[in-house]
Amino acid sequence: MSTGSIQARAEGWLGNNDVRLLIALALAIGGLYALFSVVLGFQLNGTVNTLRRVAFLSAIYAMLALALNLQWGYAGLFNLGAAGFMAIGVYTMGILTAPVTASPPGFGLPLPVAILGAILVTGLIGGLAALPAIRLRADYLAIVTVAFSEIVRLTLRAPEFANTRIAGVAFGTGGATGLSLPSNPIRILFYTDPAATAPAPNALGAAIFSAVEPLGIEETLVIGWAYVVVLCLCLGLLYWLMVRIGKSPFGRVLKSIREDQQVTQALGKDTRLFKIKTFALGCALMGLIAILWRLSGGYASPRMFKPIQTFYIFIALFIGGTGSPTGSIVGGALFASLLFEGPSFIRRVVAESLQLSNAPDTLVAAIVELGSGDVIPLLAYSVQDVSISALRLMLLGIVLVYLMQRHPDGLLGHRKAIASSVDLSQRETREDDYE
Amino acid sequence: MAARDYYSRGQNIVYNRPVLVVFAVIGVFLVFDIFRQLGTGTITATDLVSYLWNGLVLGMSLGLAGVGLSMTYSILNFANFAHGDLITSGAFAGWATAFLIAGLGDFSVEALVLIGGPIAVGSNELGINVVNTPLALLAGLLVAAVLTAALSLLLDRIVFKPMRSADGVTLMIASVGVALFLRNFLTFSFLTDSRGLTGGNVPQFTLGGVTFGGHQITLVLVAALLMLATHVLLQYTKIGTAMRAMAANKDLAKVTGIPTERVVKLTWGIGGGLTGCAGFLIALQQGTLTVTMGWDLLLLVFAAVILGGVGSIYGAMVGGVILGIASRLALVWIPASFLLAAAFVLMIVMLLVRPSGLFSGRTTA
Amino acid sequence: MSKNVQSAQRDQTQNGQQEQILTVKNLRKTFGGITAVADVSFHVEKGSITGLIGPNGAGKSTTFDLITGVQRPDGGAVEFNDTEITGYRSDQVANQGLVRTFQIARELSEMTVLENLMLAPQNQVGEAIWRAVLPRARTQVVEQEKALRKQAWEMLELFEIEHVAHESAGNLSGGQRKLLEMARVLMTDPEMVLLDEPLAGVNPTLEEKLIDRLHTLKEQGYTFLFVEHDMDVIMNNCDTVIVMHQGSVLTEGQPDTVKNNDKVLDAYLGEEVTI
Ligand SMILES: Nc1ncnc2c1ncn2[C@@H]1O[C@H](COP(=O)(O)OP(=O)(O)OP(=O)(O)O)[C@@H](O)[C@H]1O
Ligand SMILES: [Mg+2]
Repeated sequence: MSTGSIQARAEGWLGNNDVRLLIALALAIGGLYALFSVVLGFQLNGTVNTLRRVAFLSAIYAMLALALNLQWGYAGLFNLGAAGFMAIGVYTMGILTAPVTASPPGFGLPLPVAILGAILVTGLIGGLAALPAIRLRADYLAIVTVAFSEIVRLTLRAPEFANTRIAGVAFGTGGATGLSLPSNPIRILFYTDPAATAPAPNALGAAIFSAVEPLGIEETLVIGWAYVVVLCLCLGLLYWLMVRIGKSPFGRVLKSIREDQQVTQALGKDTRLFKIKTFALGCALMGLIAILWRLSGGYASPRMFKPIQTFYIFIALFIGGTGSPTGSIVGGALFASLLFEGPSFIRRVVAESLQLSNAPDTLVAAIVELGSGDVIPLLAYSVQDVSISALRLMLLGIVLVYLMQRHPDGLLGHRKAIASSVDLSQRETREDDYE
Repeated sequence: MAARDYYSRGQNIVYNRPVLVVFAVIGVFLVFDIFRQLGTGTITATDLVSYLWNGLVLGMSLGLAGVGLSMTYSILNFANFAHGDLITSGAFAGWATAFLIAGLGDFSVEALVLIGGPIAVGSNELGINVVNTPLALLAGLLVAAVLTAALSLLLDRIVFKPMRSADGVTLMIASVGVALFLRNFLTFSFLTDSRGLTGGNVPQFTLGGVTFGGHQITLVLVAALLMLATHVLLQYTKIGTAMRAMAANKDLAKVTGIPTERVVKLTWGIGGGLTGCAGFLIALQQGTLTVTMGWDLLLLVFAAVILGGVGSIYGAMVGGVILGIASRLALVWIPASFLLAAAFVLMIVMLLVRPSGLFSGRTTA
Repeated sequence: MSKNVQSAQRDQTQNGQQEQILTVKNLRKTFGGITAVADVSFHVEKGSITGLIGPNGAGKSTTFDLITGVQRPDGGAVEFNDTEITGYRSDQVANQGLVRTFQIARELSEMTVLENLMLAPQNQVGEAIWRAVLPRARTQVVEQEKALRKQAWEMLELFEIEHVAHESAGNLSGGQRKLLEMARVLMTDPEMVLLDEPLAGVNPTLEEKLIDRLHTLKEQGYTFLFVEHDMDVIMNNCDTVIVMHQGSVLTEGQPDTVKNNDKVLDAYLGEEVTI
C-alpha cells in the first residue's frame, strides 16, 4: 500500500461526517469543562485531572455502549446482565494475575495472558448463558440476565469463595472486601521498575515529568493521560470493528433477526447460532472493557457490579441511539461527561462560588428555611455527598423515562446505515468499491 | 376403570409436564433427605419448624408484594422494575404516619415525619408494636395503601399512559427510570440511614423451642386477609371479570366494550394499594427500614410471580410461599450467603423450562 | 442467477417423465382443541406449478408451516428430493432448497429493498464474523458481495422494481411487497418455492406480470406450489390442483377435473362434504 493511499484514506476518514461529529463533540465537552475551570480559577493540575477523568469515563462508557449495541442495537438481544459479565472479566483477570503467594492467592500469570484468558472465559460463559436464554421473550431474557448478574455478584461476595481451595488449587475472590489488581500497565512507559513503591523514571519518564513539573502537573496525572490515550486507541479500534461488523453479511443477518426472526430463519439462516455468537462476543468485549476500566484503579469489588452499572450503559446507549456505532460513542461521552460527572462538577462550582454555610440536617429544615425566603440552606443540603448523588440518579431516571416516551430508539434514532460491504447503488463491479 | 383412569392421567402428566415431574422427584428426594438428617440428628425438629415458619413469613411477604406486580404484568404486559420502589414508598409513607400518630407531642414533627433518620427518635421510647400502638399501625397500613395507590396512579398518568401503545421492552426500560427516580427521591428526602421502627416489648410466643414473633403473625394474618379480599374482588365482581378478560385478551376486551382505560386505572390502584400494604408489613416484620428495601426484594418478588405464573393471583401467593419456604429450608443444604443466589437460580430454571409458571393456563384470579 | 437456473434446468428430467420433488404424508396438527390439519397427503411434481386451494381456514397456511418447519407437525412425514425433512428447523428446510413466502408479506421494513435481497443468498462467506473483519479474508467477502449485488439488481429487473431499490421495504405498496417477497426467496437459489397467496392485494396489471414471471421461472426449472383464492388464476395456470377442506385433502387432479367436481363446489359453498 502506497503512502498516497494511506493519506487518501486518512483524508477520507476526516471527511467522514461521523468522525467529524465525534471530534467536535470531544472538543466541545473538553472546552466546556476547561472554560468553567478557568473562569472559576481552579488550579491547572486539578483542571487537567478533571478533564482526564471525564475523558477516561467517556471512553469507557463509549466502549461499553458499543458492546451493548452489538447485542441490543444490532441483534435485539436484551442483556440486562452486562455488569455480571464485566465482573467475570475483571475477576478472572485478577485471579489469573494474582501472585501465588498473595492473599487471596492466584495463578501468577503475566497480565497479557490473563487478559486473554479473561476474554475467553467471559465469552465462553456468555455463550453458555445464551444457549438456553435466547429462546426467551425479551422481557424474560431481561429478568434472567439481571438475575444472572446478581448471582455472579453474590457469588463473588460470598465469604466461602473469598479465599478458597478447589481441587487442590488455592485462589480467592477476596469476598466483600474485593480483590487487588495489577498496577496500571501504562507505567511501564515511564518507569524503569514500575512495580517498585517509589520507582525511578526512565528516560522518557524523566523528560516528560520534568517538562510538566513547572506547570504544577503531577506524575500520576501524566500517567493517567497516557492511559486515556491508550483507551482512545482501543475505542477507535472497537468502533472500526463495530462498523465493519455492521456492514458485513453477518451484521445484515443480525439486522434482520432484530426485525423478524422467523423470516430470517425461513430464508435459511440458523438464527440461534448468530444470536449465540453475538451474545458471546458482546460479553467477551464487556469483560475486556471492564478490565481496561478497573486496571486504572488497581482494585475491584463486588459493589462495582450492581445492576445500576448495567443501567448506566443502557442510558448511554439510548442517549446515542441504538444500532449506530457513532451513536454509541456520542451517548457514552454525553452520559459520562454530563450525566455522570456533571453533577459533582456543578456541585464543586456551587460550593466554590457560593461559600455555602453548613448544610441543615434534614430536608424538612431546609424547606422550612426556604419558606422564609432563604434558598441557601436547600442548596447546601442538595450539594451534600448523599443528596447530590441521589439527585444525579433521579436525573438519570427522568432521562430514561423521557427517552422511552419520546425517542425509544435513542436520540439519534435507529441506525440507517446500509448493511453491505459494498456500495449497493453500483450495479456492476467497479474498482473503487471498498468502503 | 378408575385405576386405568388414574394410570392414563399419570401418563399424561409425565408426557406433558416432564419438568414438573422432575421437580416433584427432586422435591421428594429433598424431603426424604430432611427426614434422614432429622434421623441422624444433623438438624433438629425445632430447626425444621423454625425454617418452615420463617419461610412462610417470607413467602407471605413475597406473595403479597407480588400480587400487584402480577396484575400489572398481565394487564399492561410489561415487567415493572419500579415495583420494588413502590414497596419502599409504601413503607415510608405508612411508617411516617405511624410515627406521627404514636409520637406526636413527645417528639418534634420533623423527626417523626422523617422516621428518625438524621434526628434520632429512639424507637424504643416510641415503643411502636401491635400491642402498644395498634391504632398507629392500622393508620399506617391505611395510609401506606392509599398513598401507594395514588402514587401508582400518578406514575401511570405521567409515565405509562402516554406510552400505552409501546412494546413491553420500552415500558420496562421506562420503569427502570421510574425505579431510579423513586428510590433516589426517597434517599434525597430521608437520607440513607437504616432506621429502627418497632420498640417496647414486641410480643412473641415460643412453642417447643420455636419463636413465633408477634409481627410475623400479624404479617401472615393480614396478608392472608388481603389476598382473600383480592380473590373475592376478582372472582365475584364485575370489575374483576373485566380485569380477567383484559388480561386474557386486550384487543378482544376492547372490542367487547370493556372500558380498558378504567380497568388499567383500577389495576394500578388495587395493585398499588396491596403493594403499599406489603411494604408497610414487611418493614413492620423486619423492624427496620432502608431506602433499598424494595429494590433488594424485587428480584425475589419477580421470582415468586414467575414461579406461580405471571398474571395468576393464586400463582403469586403460592409461588411466594413455595419460594419463601424453599429458600429457608435450603439452609439445610447450603450456606446462608448463597440463599439469594439459589432463589435466582430456581427462577431462571423455571423461566427456561416452564416460562408460564407452575399454574399456567389461567390468568388473574 | 443464471448459474443457478442452469443447474436447476439440468436437474429437471428431460423426457417429460414426471418426478416427485415434494411428498407429504398424513400431516397432522392441532392447536388445543382446533384441528388445523387433520390428515394431509399429496405430492408435487418437479418443474410444475401446482395450486393449493380451499376455503378460508382449510389449513393451507398451516400445511405450509408444517412443511417448512415453522411449526412442528403432530404426526406425518415430509419428503423433499428423497430426503426426509420432517421436523427440520425452517433454516434447515430452506438450506435443502425449499423456501416459502408468508401470506401476510413479511418484508424487513427497516432494511432497504436491496438489503432485503442481499440478505437472502445462503452460505455467504461474510456470515462468519472473522471473515467479515480480517483484512485478507475480507477481500473474499467483498468479491462475493459484488456478485450478489449484480444478482440482486438482475432480480429487481426481473420483477421491475428497480426504481424502489434503495427504498426502505416498509415504504413499499402492498403489491410491491409481494414482489419483494418473491424476489427475496428466489435469491436463496431454491429448487422449489411455496407461495402463500402471492397475488392477494396485487393490482390486476401487476398480477398478470407476476403470473408471467411464474411461467418464465417454471421454464427455467423451478417448481411452485401456490395458494390462491382466485379460481380463474388457478384454473388457467396450474398443472395440477390440490383442494383442501377442513384440514384434509378433498381431491386433486387436473384443473378441469377439479373444476367439475361437485364436492369442491359444495366445500366452497359451505355445505357438508364427506371426504
Ligand atoms: N396458531 C394457531 N392457533 C390456533 N389455531 C390456529 C393457529 N393457526 C391456525 N389455526 C386455525 O387452524 C385453521 C387453519 O388455518 P390456516 O391458516 O391454515 O387456514 P388457511 O387455509 O390458510 O386459511 P386462509 O385461506 O384464510 O388463509 C383455522 O381454523 C385457524 O383458525
Ligand atoms: Mg392461509
